[in-house]
Amino acid sequence: MAELQLKSHRFRAEREADWRRLESLLSRVEKGGARTLSRDELVEMPVLYRQALSSLSMARAISLDQGLVGYLESLCTRAYFFVYGTRSRPLERLAGFFAYEWPAAVQALWRETLVSALLMVAGGVGAFVLVSRDPDWFYGFIPQALASGRDPTATTAFLRDTLYSKASAHEALSTLAAFLFTHNSQIAIFAFALGFALCLPTAGLMIFNGCMAGAFLALFASRGLALQATGWMMIHGVTELFAVTLAGAAGFSVGWAVAFPGERTRVDAAADAGRRGASVMAGVVVMLFVAGLLEGFARQLIQADAVRLSIAAASALAWGLYFYLPRRARPA
Amino acid sequence: MTDAAAPRRPPRPARPPRPLDEGWREFVTPEGVDLRLKIASFGERCGAFILDGLIMLGVLIAITLLLLVLQLRANFTYSSEAAQVTWLLGFFLLRNFYFIGFEMRPGAATPGKRAMGLRVVTRDGGRLTANAVFARNAMRELEVFLPASFLFATGLGVDAGLVVLGAIWSGVFVLFPLFNRDRLRLGDLAAGTMVVKAPRRVLRPDLARDGPALVGGLAFTEAQLDAYGVKELHVLEEVLRKADRRTVAEVSTRIRGKIGWEAPLEVSDMAFLGAYYAGLRARLESRLLFGHRRADKFDRP
Repeated sequence: MAELQLKSHRFRAEREADWRRLESLLSRVEKGGARTLSRDELVEMPVLYRQALSSLSMARAISLDQGLVGYLESLCTRAYFFVYGTRSRPLERLAGFFAYEWPAAVQALWRETLVSALLMVAGGVGAFVLVSRDPDWFYGFIPQALASGRDPTATTAFLRDTLYSKASAHEALSTLAAFLFTHNSQIAIFAFALGFALCLPTAGLMIFNGCMAGAFLALFASRGLALQATGWMMIHGVTELFAVTLAGAAGFSVGWAVAFPGERTRVDAAADAGRRGASVMAGVVVMLFVAGLLEGFARQLIQADAVRLSIAAASALAWGLYFYLPRRARPA
Repeated sequence: MTDAAAPRRPPRPARPPRPLDEGWREFVTPEGVDLRLKIASFGERCGAFILDGLIMLGVLIAITLLLLVLQLRANFTYSSEAAQVTWLLGFFLLRNFYFIGFEMRPGAATPGKRAMGLRVVTRDGGRLTANAVFARNAMRELEVFLPASFLFATGLGVDAGLVVLGAIWSGVFVLFPLFNRDRLRLGDLAAGTMVVKAPRRVLRPDLARDGPALVGGLAFTEAQLDAYGVKELHVLEEVLRKADRRTVAEVSTRIRGKIGWEAPLEVSDMAFLGAYYAGLRARLESRLLFGHRRADKFDRP
């Protein structure tokens, strides 16, 4: 019988070699990344991709071979994701993130940050007042496990000791730092994710976070240890509370976008807010890492109140300048 | 044309433009070609997630065992603090960065997703950014770990009521993908992504050319070839590719009956179907070139 008596046969015979070439290049890329391609092959890729796309359009119009159309669809999809996928260098990306993207994302959320901070302060002040009036409130705010003996029944001497305790041999500094970092990061990510549920749970988390700090301070203040306790808490607390505030702000922005999307569709608004929030959150994890180091190492190694307080002030200044100092726009 | 004696069917009402089938989604490239992606089903995604969970569990167990072995070799002093740090950080990194790390690679899929033939794409067809990947995975806290924490929570009286309410409230997020067309989970919604089925497919031989045993001289009349349309052709293609003997025999009998085939010589079912497929495709494709696409057997030939 006559070879290639169908148009679709000739169509396939003419182009099959190109398809197979594209397929083999793609298989290599998917295994080993774009670096496995030589320069010529990199240049060849988009050309082959467009050929495959046009083959697909053509095949849909003239060929009734489902196997062929299915193959071309899968081939084009794979090629599409390579040609239009992300391929920027990781180091460059990282530098760009810290130089431009992160501060810009944080600045864009200034309203949410303010709300988040106010909620936390309100929680803190409220708890401080309540515990100062009636120490029993302390138990409502601080779980037993976390207090570990630091409650209204403790002696002043004991409380003073906890502020200046060196880590014991059992509790190595690095373990403590690792624990604090992972614990806090998880809480921050949680605060962000909870924002999706229309902001309220995040607001609750912020207030509660403030309450815990307020209750602790009130306890120490009642024994005349207010300044010392502030130094103990704020040496890392500035960084940590700021990070949690930002996480809450990112959560609020997502929740707000879901609840009040404005002129866009709810889905689009949520996606925009989610991505911007994620940018903030990636940085928050870094901040919490710094906070974990400060809490795990610096607080144990530095015992002087003045130094602790000046580190707290310095970190507040540094973060503030880093985020909110006006800067040039990112070069395109 | 099929049968001149048959009463003419009243003209069929014009079809509405065919909506995309259930589970498929339009995905137009900048070149203007619709790639038609298949949305991953809820079951496939659950499967992928379970696989990933098992892999993570396996890694954690492997780390623990490795540390134990290292500790047993007394010379190598692997202090318990170091072990603790490794474990804490290992768990944290796995829980948060296993998904993010894999989905940021060119394949945009975790090992579990890859095993199920899935990948993550943006809904608008743009680049999948690191932010989107981070956002979609950070939301997992809400979808998996929050309900899990309610699952393990205990309480009495009012507390128990609160736990139940919390479980219901967070359960909404778990089942979220079941209630939208694109099977989006919360993270997909917050990141503008979706998960699609993107299996690798191989180019299979053209059945009309290299199909099973094309016997020369097996000719069909035009009337016989006009019995079916594109839809039936595609079914026939599937039958031939699967080559399940019983199905082939059944289909062959049906077609022989329908077109009134009287065998001049005995041919096997497979050869008959192969030849009929080639003939039908040649007929339909040549009609297609003249701008007539016969959707199925009910369509006017």
